[in-house]
Amino acid sequence: MTATRRQVLNTGLAAAAVFLGLPRLASAQDVDAAIAEFTGGAEAAEEGVTLIAPEIAENGNTVPIEIDAPGAEAIMVLAAGNPNPDVATFNFGPAAGSQMASTRIRLAGEQDVVAIGRFPDGSFKSARAHVRVTIGGCGG
Amino acid sequence: MAENVTPRVRAPREAAPGDVVSIRTLISHPMESGQRRDGDGNIIPRSIINRFTCDFNGENVIDVTLEPAISTNPYFQFDAVVNESGTFQFTWYDDDGSVYEETADIAVA
Amino acid sequence: MKTRTRLIGGTAGALALAAAGAVLADIGDDDELIINGEIEIVTGAPAPDFVEGLSTIYSGWVFRSPETQAMEQDDFENPAMIYVDQAREMFDTPMGSEGQSCSSCHEGGPEEFEMVRATYPQWDEEHGEVQTVEMQVNECLTERMGAEPLDWNGQDMRNMTALISAVGRGQIVDVAIDGPAQSTWEQGEELYYTRFGQLELSCASCHEQNYGNLIRADHLSQGQINGFPTYRLKDANIVSIHNRFRGCIRDTRAETFAIGSPEFIALELYVASRGNGLSVEGPAVRN
Repeated sequence: MTATRRQVLNTGLAAAAVFLGLPRLASAQDVDAAIAEFTGGAEAAEEGVTLIAPEIAENGNTVPIEIDAPGAEAIMVLAAGNPNPDVATFNFGPAAGSQMASTRIRLAGEQDVVAIGRFPDGSFKSARAHVRVTIGGCGG
Repeated sequence: MAENVTPRVRAPREAAPGDVVSIRTLISHPMESGQRRDGDGNIIPRSIINRFTCDFNGENVIDVTLEPAISTNPYFQFDAVVNESGTFQFTWYDDDGSVYEETADIAVA
Repeated sequence: MKTRTRLIGGTAGALALAAAGAVLADIGDDDELIINGEIEIVTGAPAPDFVEGLSTIYSGWVFRSPETQAMEQDDFENPAMIYVDQAREMFDTPMGSEGQSCSSCHEGGPEEFEMVRATYPQWDEEHGEVQTVEMQVNECLTERMGAEPLDWNGQDMRNMTALISAVGRGQIVDVAIDGPAQSTWEQGEELYYTRFGQLELSCASCHEQNYGNLIRADHLSQGQINGFPTYRLKDANIVSIHNRFRGCIRDTRAETFAIGSPEFIALELYVASRGNGLSVEGPAVRN
C-alpha cells in the first residue's frame, strides 16, 4: 500500500495534534454518537422543538439559549463544533410548569447548536440553530 | 475546590393554585472546563457543577445534567406549576463532592 | 438621533461618520436602558464642550448586541451582581487591627456612597492628589481600619468598586476637571491623544475617530468608563478601569503603564470627564 502525500500529511497533523495536546474539535461521528446514545438510534423529526439562540454571539463564553419542547420528558442540547459536543440534558419532572428552559453556554466558534426532545410515546424531535461567534477586536 | 460558591434564586412568593411560575437560578462557580492550561502549560483539571435539581414539596420540577460547555456562573430559567403552598428545594452538585442548597417558599391561595 | 456635526473632517472622517451612523441607527431610538424596571440610565448625551471630536457621547451599552444589552437590564441576569453581593458581605466584615468593618463608620451602608462613582476621580485635599475610588477604599483600610491595602486589580477591590458603582447607578457622571485637579486632567488629556505602540494608535484613534466601526468583528465603542468596573463575557468576571486601559495600550503593541500608576490615574480622570452627562452604569455587561 502506498500512502498518498495527503494521507501522510494528515497522519502527521493528527500525530502533531495528539503530541501537542491541542483541543480536538468534535467530529460529525461524535455528534452522531451522542445523539444515538440519547435516542437509541431512533429518528428525530425536525419539528416540535424550539431552540432560540443568537444568530451572532458577541462572545463564545456566554451564549444565551432557550429550548422549548411542549410535552417532552427530556431535552438534550449539543454544540456540534465544540471539543466535546455535550452541553446539558434537561429532564422535566411532574411539577414542571412547561418543558422550557433557558441557560448560557460556551461555543468554541461558529457552529450548529442542536436540541433533541424525548417524548413519552418514545418519539424524538429536534431543532438546530446556527450561531456565528464574533472574533473580538481587543483582548483587553 | 471552587471558592465563594453562592447560589442565588428568584421565585415568586405568592401564586394562585395551578399557576405556572417562572424561576431563575444562578450560582457563582468557575465551571473549569478541563480544556484550559495554566501558565506552565499544564491542563487545569475539570471542576464543574455537574447536576442541578429543583423540587417542589418533594416533587421534581427539573433535573439538569451539566457538561463543561455550560458557562461560568451557571444560570437557569424554567417554569414550575404550583397547586399548594410549599417550598422549592434547589440543589447543585459539584465535581468535588460539594453540594450547595437553597430553598424558596411560596404561598399559594 | 442627533447628527454628529463636529466629527473629524476629510474622507476618512466622512466614512467613519457614515459607518457610525449606520450602526447607531441599527440600534434604534427606542433602545432605552432601564435597570430592574426602575433605574433610568442616560446612554446618550451632548458631549462636554472640551471634547472637540464628539458632539454626542454614548455609553458602551448602545454598541452591544441585544443579548448582551438584556443581561444588564435586570440585576438577576447581570453576573456582576454576584461580586456586588460578595462586596456587601465584606462591607460588614471587620478587617485590620482596629477591629472595624466599613459599616462601623458608614452606618448607612454602601448606599452612603451613592455619589462616589459619579464624582471620582477627584482631588483629595488632605493628600494633595487626585484619588480614584480604589485609592479612597485603601485610604480607609490603611488609615482608619489598620488593615492591609487591597491589591488595586484584585478580586476584593474589584468587588468593592463594583458595589460602590452599583449603589450609584443612575447618577449623572459629573467629574470636576478644574481647580487643583486641572493639571492632572491636562496630563490625562495629553495621554489620550498620544499615539502609542508599534501600531501608533492613540485612545482617540479608535474611540473618538472610529467608534461604531468594526475592529475585526467587533464594534468599537467610545471607550466610556461609566459602566466600570464592567463584567466582560470574555473574562467571565468584572474588569477594572486600569486593567482595561492596560489591555488597550498593550493591543497597540506598546509597553503599558502600570495599574495604579500616575499616568493611568490622570487618564482615568480625563476619560471619566469625557462621560460627564452619562449615567453611572457599572457594573455593566460588555463582550
